[in-house]
Amino acid sequence: MTETELKARPSAPEREAASSQPADKVERVTVIRPALRRPHLDIPELWHYRELLGRFVWRDITVRYKQTFLGVAWALLVPIFAAAVYTVVFGKFANFPAGDVPYPALVLSGVLVMQYFTSSLTGASVSLVTNMPLVTKVYFPRVLLPLASAIVPVVDFLLGLLVLVPLMLYYDTGPNGIEVVLAPVFLALAFLTALGVGLLLSTLNVRYRDVPHMLPAFLPILPLLSGVPYAIQEIPEKWQWILAFNPMTAVIAGWRWSMLGGVPPDWGQTLVGATIGVLLFVGGLTLFRTSEPRFADTI
Amino acid sequence: MAIAIEAQGLSKRYRIGEYHGGYDTLRESLTRAAKRVGRREHHSEVHELWALDDVSFAAEEGEALGVIGRNGAGKSTLLKVLTRITSPTKGQAEIRGRVGSLLEVGTGFHPELTGRENVYLNGSILGMRQREITRKLPEIVEFAGIEAFMDTPVKRYSSGMYVRLAFSVAAHFEPEIMLVDEVLAVGDAEFQKRCMGRMEDLGQSGRTVVFVSHNMQAISQLCDRALHLEGGRLVNEGPADDVVARYLQTVGATGSERFWEDPATAPGTSVKLRSARVVNADGSPVAAVDVRETVGIEVGFTVLDRLAEPITPKIKLVDGRGDVVFNAIDTSARWRDPAEPGEYTSTAWIPGNLLNEGFVLVEVGVVSHAVTRHTHYAGFREAVSFHVQDPGEGDSARGLYTGQWKGVVRPLLEWTTEER
Repeated sequence: MTETELKARPSAPEREAASSQPADKVERVTVIRPALRRPHLDIPELWHYRELLGRFVWRDITVRYKQTFLGVAWALLVPIFAAAVYTVVFGKFANFPAGDVPYPALVLSGVLVMQYFTSSLTGASVSLVTNMPLVTKVYFPRVLLPLASAIVPVVDFLLGLLVLVPLMLYYDTGPNGIEVVLAPVFLALAFLTALGVGLLLSTLNVRYRDVPHMLPAFLPILPLLSGVPYAIQEIPEKWQWILAFNPMTAVIAGWRWSMLGGVPPDWGQTLVGATIGVLLFVGGLTLFRTSEPRFADTI
Repeated sequence: MAIAIEAQGLSKRYRIGEYHGGYDTLRESLTRAAKRVGRREHHSEVHELWALDDVSFAAEEGEALGVIGRNGAGKSTLLKVLTRITSPTKGQAEIRGRVGSLLEVGTGFHPELTGRENVYLNGSILGMRQREITRKLPEIVEFAGIEAFMDTPVKRYSSGMYVRLAFSVAAHFEPEIMLVDEVLAVGDAEFQKRCMGRMEDLGQSGRTVVFVSHNMQAISQLCDRALHLEGGRLVNEGPADDVVARYLQTVGATGSERFWEDPATAPGTSVKLRSARVVNADGSPVAAVDVRETVGIEVGFTVLDRLAEPITPKIKLVDGRGDVVFNAIDTSARWRDPAEPGEYTSTAWIPGNLLNEGFVLVEVGVVSHAVTRHTHYAGFREAVSFHVQDPGEGDSARGLYTGQWKGVVRPLLEWTTEER
């Protein structure tokens, strides 16, 4: 939308005298131009606004558990509760296939990633509209808002690991070996997919307030389609291939393999899921960046 | 002198009708798209409006530049483009230095966060670096005068405390370029006064200031140069006093009297306007009236043909901000039947202590006296104008107060009080 250059300010002596503060010696030259039609990612500008991104993330984390009685404990209680329900209903009653991994560990590992994805996606989708006063009154790269929303639930996820790791120790399960280093890679795919779909939906939400109605219809069935209560390798192969189009299937299968051991995921399916995740991200970012200049006019 | 802002051919187009005032549901959009395809009418409902049309100007470093014009002239759009909230459709602008604006006071304050936390949040949003905020925090807190409440969530603040803190953060942000929109500056008179004070300080400290206002006096006082926008175009530019004077002339039409000598060119068809005058109680024309005194708007018109329906003279008053003060027609029995051909002179008497101080523009006309619609037989916008003044002797509606008295009207009301 606009280009920003950083230039050293010519330090004329009279300016020194005029400014009361030892002002930062970098002057921004801003060039305001009509919005570009092609998608573009202005990395230097995003870098310039990194502190504001941090501030948004900090704000949402600080506010999240304010004026709650149990506070941060919710970050532990919610996944425990969800995992317990899954374990009883799907593990005990329905006997879902878990492969060679203890069922409660299998479910909890899936639940944690799924919850990250769900809150990240929901937060990013409504981020522009919830911050409407900012969007209509101050300039900053709008992409910071969904980006911050995708980062905030990482804290809940990390806290959730405080439950998962003891559970793994209890069931005496753990990474087979070096593949544990791939765990962050699978999580990065979840981040990228959530952000991509979040960018897409937040753009739509600026014009069409249907998005907050649509999400609750779709998100509750997502865990079932992503292999949260079962191991994807244990279901018939043709169904596996259908589910492979869902990037979260690849994320959960890969994350479980790297953290809990067991059989490795099908790499062909993983590649399909990862490609779709990346495409969603590129598509979402493109739509967002090209619509960005009109957000303040249409929101 | 270095140039702080340089704008070349800035233009901004809005499509009206397309967005139905902002947002709509997916279903509506789909239905509309389907209709369009069906009728093969593209853009049938879309009207274009150039809120800014090829505006070029430059502001030197340290200069105070005023922007004047009527409501809808594009002043606020210009500020929105310069603050990058919205992007221009055409043209470009180069800005050297950080841009701040007094529109942003309190923007992004979160009710759940404490005063201190909000200072950091708001500061970052305005564009301050963290260490800059930390350095200025003591000053900000002191200026706001709420040391004891810095660790209290701002939702527990009184509105006064809230505004003080918000303003304090904005006041300590030291951008090279400050954009101020008086129209949007919210708050009480005290707060507005502070904004004005801040403007003066900024001007004196060598910062570039762009100031949008309807207050011509403030523009003349605070600004070196001014831009006059009209319908999105830049129509005049120069020393602030000259631009303001010219603006008041164009808006002020011919003053308190206007005559249409030649019936051939006079407004109207079967009814022609002859004259419009602003008069005092004695019937002599006046350009300035005392707020306490009656003022008359005299409309002279000639009915040429026998008309099929009843007519009545009409006046419409608009204040200096472009807001309609009121419309008035003569509802008396005199106009119940269609008027006979002839020359008429009607005067509408506006009682004293009704209008507010300031500039008033008058539209005159002759309209039908129908139930459902008004057919305009003759009409002229901005026919005459006058100033309402308050000598401040204590017996007007403002009492002894000398500050700005807001409102479209300023009636002197009758009060009753019961004491128990």
